Amino acid sequence: MEALTWTGPLGALLNPIIQIVTLCFLIAIAIQIIGTMALPAARGFNSDGSIQIHFTTRIIDRAVKYCLYGFITLLSLYVIIGAVLGASSLGIIGGISRQLLPIWMSMIAIFTASIIFKRKLGLYGKLFDSPIGMIGFALVIFWVLVTLLAGGLDMVVTHDELSQVSGMKNKVPGTPVRGAEVGDYAHYLLGGDNLARDVFSRAIKGSAIVIVIAPAATLFAFMVGITLGLPAGYYESAPLHFKTKGFYLTSGIALVFSILMFAIAPTDIAILITILSMFVIWMLLKTAVDTVISFLANLILAFPVILLFFLLVTPEIVKTGLPNYMAMILFIFPVVFFGVLLNARFHTRPDIRWWIVGGVTLILFWFYLSMVSEIGSPVYILPNFLDGISLPSEILVVFVSVVFVNSPTVFRIVRGLTLDIKTRDYVAAAQTRGESSWYIMLWEILPNVRGPLIVDFCLRIGYTTILLGTLGFFGLGLESESPDWGTTINAGRRLLSIAPVPALVPALALMSLVLGLNLLADGLREESLKD
Amino acid sequence: MILTAICLTFVVFVMTNLQPNLEKLAKTQGNFRMSDAEVASYLGDRGFNRPMTIKYGEWLGVVPSYRIIGRDGQTRSRCSAHGPVQESTVKYCGVIQGYWGQSWVFKEPVATVIDKRLSRTGALMFWVFLLMIPGALILGILAGMREGSRLDRTLSTVTITTTATPEYVSGVIFIALLASSKFGLSPLLNSWGWTEKRTILKGSATSASKDMPADFDISFLPQFLDGLWFRLAEAPNVENFLLPVITIALYGMGYIARMTRASMAEVMTSQYIRTARLKGVSFRNIVLRHALRNALIAPFTVIMLQIPWLLTGVVIVETLFNYKGFGWALVQAASNNDMDLLLAVSVVSVVVVLLTQLISDIGYVFLNPRIRIS
Repeated sequence: MEALTWTGPLGALLNPIIQIVTLCFLIAIAIQIIGTMALPAARGFNSDGSIQIHFTTRIIDRAVKYCLYGFITLLSLYVIIGAVLGASSLGIIGGISRQLLPIWMSMIAIFTASIIFKRKLGLYGKLFDSPIGMIGFALVIFWVLVTLLAGGLDMVVTHDELSQVSGMKNKVPGTPVRGAEVGDYAHYLLGGDNLARDVFSRAIKGSAIVIVIAPAATLFAFMVGITLGLPAGYYESAPLHFKTKGFYLTSGIALVFSILMFAIAPTDIAILITILSMFVIWMLLKTAVDTVISFLANLILAFPVILLFFLLVTPEIVKTGLPNYMAMILFIFPVVFFGVLLNARFHTRPDIRWWIVGGVTLILFWFYLSMVSEIGSPVYILPNFLDGISLPSEILVVFVSVVFVNSPTVFRIVRGLTLDIKTRDYVAAAQTRGESSWYIMLWEILPNVRGPLIVDFCLRIGYTTILLGTLGFFGLGLESESPDWGTTINAGRRLLSIAPVPALVPALALMSLVLGLNLLADGLREESLKD
Repeated sequence: MILTAICLTFVVFVMTNLQPNLEKLAKTQGNFRMSDAEVASYLGDRGFNRPMTIKYGEWLGVVPSYRIIGRDGQTRSRCSAHGPVQESTVKYCGVIQGYWGQSWVFKEPVATVIDKRLSRTGALMFWVFLLMIPGALILGILAGMREGSRLDRTLSTVTITTTATPEYVSGVIFIALLASSKFGLSPLLNSWGWTEKRTILKGSATSASKDMPADFDISFLPQFLDGLWFRLAEAPNVENFLLPVITIALYGMGYIARMTRASMAEVMTSQYIRTARLKGVSFRNIVLRHALRNALIAPFTVIMLQIPWLLTGVVIVETLFNYKGFGWALVQAASNNDMDLLLAVSVVSVVVVLLTQLISDIGYVFLNPRIRIS
């Protein structure tokens, strides 16, 4: 077998053309930039008052446009020809494009359907009015499809992401696999890494970890942030009053907690925690709930992220079970959120109230228990036959630490938005109607801040992806053979100056996903500002 | 602010003093084959098996340090760096007394370690700021002066791309492009005969973190500025320092540029700018004289609040380029559970966070004439 070149035999024809077009495009862009500075913006005004563009500007603009179109056409030509003819005619690019064929097909289907029905699809449909949003959406949906098809159905990858083939260590892209049998893929499309594994398959498989964890962790962080941020922004007075039902309830919980602490923790820590909980209750009696939560949020925010990771995500800390206890606290927020959300809506309908609220809360609580409880970890509450979800401990640690880092920022955003929205008339109207505070927070305020929250959600998934990469880069959390991008970059960076491809491929993959999310957020912001 | 610092250091203290972490420390400092009993006596002799709050009080300097006669007959104290007690050993030694403890990894007093590393990171940050702030402000102002124009859209795409490129990605790309002898631009330029060297830039900044030679002397500078001069000008050069600097600067630049752009765009739509335009002031004068000052108020706050965020970048870049600065020390301290060093590192970073918040608040009041505290 021969080694593949980047563009194969057909490249001899296509490469010169694309080089010329690229050169033209760059020259045109340069002239355009000089032009915007040198030429006047307007030559005069039309009769309807619009600006008459300088004719030189128009020529330059047109040149740039055609060059760009030509460039894009040529690029898609590479992809299309590659997808049809495969590696034999278009080399590595062809081979990759051929492997990604199911993804191209699904993307075309999704885009066609979305563009046809875009007027009926609300905010999602409006996304297809802005080119930036479309590019962002394309990048994101590409990686989501890669996860679904490669992670779920094992379609795109050429080799097993963990198997090592002898003689393929640090090989350049396109090297034929030694001893490949019939039915095996004949080449390592993007070469081998320092343990002779296929770089292409690892990058594709690695997407699954990021695509699953990042949005889920961001969602949990949003649940925590919203559940704490709404009351912090909404209530102005002290939430507890002396000798009321709430006061006794909170004091009781604090008392039980303190006694528990005396049972399991060293005495001095238990005394400290008791004093702390008494202090918190005193604060809740004296000042708004905002003061307490904001102080805690600022405390976490003052912590450098990287130090927090190093403290939380080490095998020694995992042994103490600290991440499991944190998961117990953090994962309860979605249960509380949905319970309160439904209760606030349905408390006027006694006939179905308990069925809906109780049912949903029970199901969520089962999910909660099966996520938190794990055999061999300190938190082992649920019997094994009831345990529906089995989270490996290293995934749980990474998940918890990422949620923990993101929550305070979300809290601050939600709090700020609530402070702004609660002065509106419709909130005053709801208060006059006698609605409960949680109904106003969750069904009046929350739907009206969804725009900024959705935009921030997209940005935050990108940020979470970066955080996951950081964790992998320092070898924290996931085990060293895991194909996720951060860990792969960490493994590849030692030989960076000799064999850069194994580190470069996951780096570019991570960058494209984050870029896609940022562009998507930008597009969404633009479109939601229009109305 | 002091309350925050105390809370945070206590958290770090508890985390580093958890039992598995202590065992790891004992095993790395003693030897790996120690039995459980030996680990317990090692830790006991050095005062680790006592209540957490008392140990924290010792570190803070409000509780007298332990004096334990170990199983081997030696009397140890925290104030003598967990070694044998001497005549001169004091009773209280903590942060309040100015003693930061002894680093287990570097076998030096923590204060020395931090001092040395901070000066290196300081030099790195100096160049980063020199590159990042003007770059970000120029990009933001150019993009924001004509909102929606083609220049704006191009520059906005550039800034979105840089914010989407974390340091470990851009660092890898830069090394592959510019500092690899087999890949990217270096072999290309070499084969064309444009460069003599095998790589254009170096993928490691180790040579920029070298120690100052003892006889280092600059004639035109007073003695005490020599060290500063050495860190800023002599040790680093373009070849070994440019890549780490642009790697950090690029990621921070995007965000500041976007904030500047938003602020500039807002100023450009305000009434007084329209008045100036209608009076016939040239566009250049409007941007430079009328808009610029008001547009720069918001970015100042952003730049200040960006500094703590840069810390993560510093840690990543110092690890990637093997530059032995503050971030590198953080990684070493954390992965070896070097508790005193880790505590000092967290104190420094918390102080940086809180100070930048304070400066940004004060600076905002100074820059913005609309806010005056009476």
